[in-house]
Amino acid sequence: MASYIHHALFGWYPYLALTVFVLGSIIRFDREQYTWKTGSSQMLRQKQLRMGSNLFHVGILVIFFGHLAGLLTPIWIFDALGVSHGFKQGLAIVVGGLAGLMCLVGIAMLTHRRLFDPRIRATSSFSDTAILLILFAQLLLGLATIPVSLGHMDGHEMVKFMTWAQGVLTLQADAWKQVQDVNIIFKAHLVLGMTIFLVFPFTRLVHVWSAPIWYLGRRGYQIVRTRRNLTPAE
Amino acid sequence: MKIRAQIAMVLNLDKCIGCHTCSVTCKNVWTSREGMEYAWFNNVETKPGIGYPKDWENQNRWKGGWKRKSNGRIEPKIGSKWRVLANIFANPDLPEIDDYYEPFTFDYEHLQKAPELEAFPTARPRSLISGQRMEKIEWGPNWEEILGGEFAKRSKDANFEGVQKEMYGQFENTFMMYLPRLCEHCLNPACVASCPSGAIYKREEDGIVLIDQDKCRGWRMCVSGCPYKKIYYNWSSGKSEKCIMCYPRLEVGQPTVCSETCVGRIRYLGVMLYDADEIENAASAPDDKDLYEAQLKVFKDPNDPAVIAQARLDGVPEAWLEAARQSPVWKMAMEWKVAFPLHPEYRTLPMVWYVPPLSPITAAAEAGKMGTDGGMPDVKSLRIPLRYLANLLTAGDEKPVATALERMLAMRGYMRSKTVDGVIDEVIANKVGLTALQIEEMYRYMAIANYEDRFVIPTTHRETTEDAYDLRGGCGFSFGNGCSSAETNLFGAKTITGKPAKTPMEIA
Repeated sequence: MASYIHHALFGWYPYLALTVFVLGSIIRFDREQYTWKTGSSQMLRQKQLRMGSNLFHVGILVIFFGHLAGLLTPIWIFDALGVSHGFKQGLAIVVGGLAGLMCLVGIAMLTHRRLFDPRIRATSSFSDTAILLILFAQLLLGLATIPVSLGHMDGHEMVKFMTWAQGVLTLQADAWKQVQDVNIIFKAHLVLGMTIFLVFPFTRLVHVWSAPIWYLGRRGYQIVRTRRNLTPAE
Repeated sequence: MKIRAQIAMVLNLDKCIGCHTCSVTCKNVWTSREGMEYAWFNNVETKPGIGYPKDWENQNRWKGGWKRKSNGRIEPKIGSKWRVLANIFANPDLPEIDDYYEPFTFDYEHLQKAPELEAFPTARPRSLISGQRMEKIEWGPNWEEILGGEFAKRSKDANFEGVQKEMYGQFENTFMMYLPRLCEHCLNPACVASCPSGAIYKREEDGIVLIDQDKCRGWRMCVSGCPYKKIYYNWSSGKSEKCIMCYPRLEVGQPTVCSETCVGRIRYLGVMLYDADEIENAASAPDDKDLYEAQLKVFKDPNDPAVIAQARLDGVPEAWLEAARQSPVWKMAMEWKVAFPLHPEYRTLPMVWYVPPLSPITAAAEAGKMGTDGGMPDVKSLRIPLRYLANLLTAGDEKPVATALERMLAMRGYMRSKTVDGVIDEVIANKVGLTALQIEEMYRYMAIANYEDRFVIPTTHRETTEDAYDLRGGCGFSFGNGCSSAETNLFGAKTITGKPAKTPMEIA
């Protein structure tokens, strides 16, 4: 039974989550772009937002790209570079821990504001509040893995997660077996993480896709649109 | 040279009576929706005053408009593209809703449902955002109406720069003016420049600046970028919105709602031809005081054969060229030089211009507070109102404003002489650099202000830009999938239509 649950959660659930994540985002962009937005509430209340939002966003971006690079870079690259597994784990703990604390302070401020400021509370949708609480829980779980990781600093457990993540993306049917014996906190962190991908298209998180880095490449400042030069109907 | 046409507006402040009909009709048509209750695409402020939102003209605080860098180039005052992105998580220059005002309604229902009481029931205010009771309304969209509130607060008005406020005291009861404000549909819009998504654009055909509601992501930089604070963040939809110059009306040749309904007939709409290649250069003029003149140079004479030829090459329709020759905006801004841009020092090259009001001058003249010059009040002896108007309209350059006021006084003098004394007095006209014919035309346009003189609006040639056959059965103007009446939406879209109608079986 335990093996069945593990197979379902770490063998099948990732594909469900990723499919909904990609397809849901595309459908929303295609059909409901008017709902595609940051959902900022800064205009209603600046208090706690300036500090909270900056800390949260910078922290979570470091964490996100840390996970992305840490999980998906093939292990042989680290080996070729001479980076030991233990050192990589130590780096992940230090950088992730600091960014996690930063993010924690930020999200605590944002959550307090969202739940207890009358204006923000009244104008929040269910998904606004829910996704914030889910991210908060995921952050706490992530931070809770640090003490566990400190118990085995040789990087052995970390390699399991890398193998699992890369196995999932390369369609290895037995990738789930890599993580069936890790600490329950890790398992919870993984499952909630995949759940975030699952609900992503239905929340304000879609604004992540639209990070306007292209702005830097815009030539000049002005934008003019024209309706001229359309070919006249036959 | 690249000639484009724009429908520009002039507001004759000399005739504005501050009735707010423009604001109310605009609101009823465009912003009576959740999230936009606080927003007024058109509002009328009493000046002097700090305005709506509070202190909007203080760009040291709000960082709106452009700044000229030491290398002679301009960039948005909120910063370069890098700085805009660095502030994307929390915009440090964003007004809070209390800087506009917290929108409210009243508990009207209580008036009908209250039990028998000793005192009359009252309808108390309630916030339209949080739904909570508001014990006291602290600010509203027009809190300074007719100089309401203490002078100490109103005197924070940024246009008092260079004016000794104590001296202003003597005018406190005579100097008052109304300033109706809407989006300026600038030639060099700072909102467009500061939008990281590229959702805001200027239409080539008519110069209207619009926000693509599907592409807007709600980064809010445009709210800061616009120095006139005429972009409003819709807190319900999470998108920014602004005055759309009633483009559905303009496209079919009708004036905007604010212009159409103006009871004082102060608004004018007309085509201006401009050279798009000269915009950046004009907006980069070294001295703030040069900006008014620089913008005049960007406008091109619609009677000049070279301009007409180039305009045809650039695709300006013939009807638009004809309209440009009849444009009341051209006449007031360029021929008679009685209309001015609002705060040219913001370097946005605004396209809604203003004829300064004579009221402070005539009021002071009647009170015997000013000298006369050959029977006409001497405008220049009224230093403070002149300075104030110059700060508002010409970046502090008093000369063009004084000339405009003198021309308007001359028009009155000339017409009084003509209709009361029966004497055509060319001297009055010549003294202000005009001919009698020009004065009579000014009178026709500015005093009589017939509908067809005020609004010279060529229609958009939609037949060349879209196939009407494909538009059959469309749902008209809406947001997103606004015509869908689906009960559920996975992505959180709100249906404007509300609950769909029930079938007879569902009711039974």
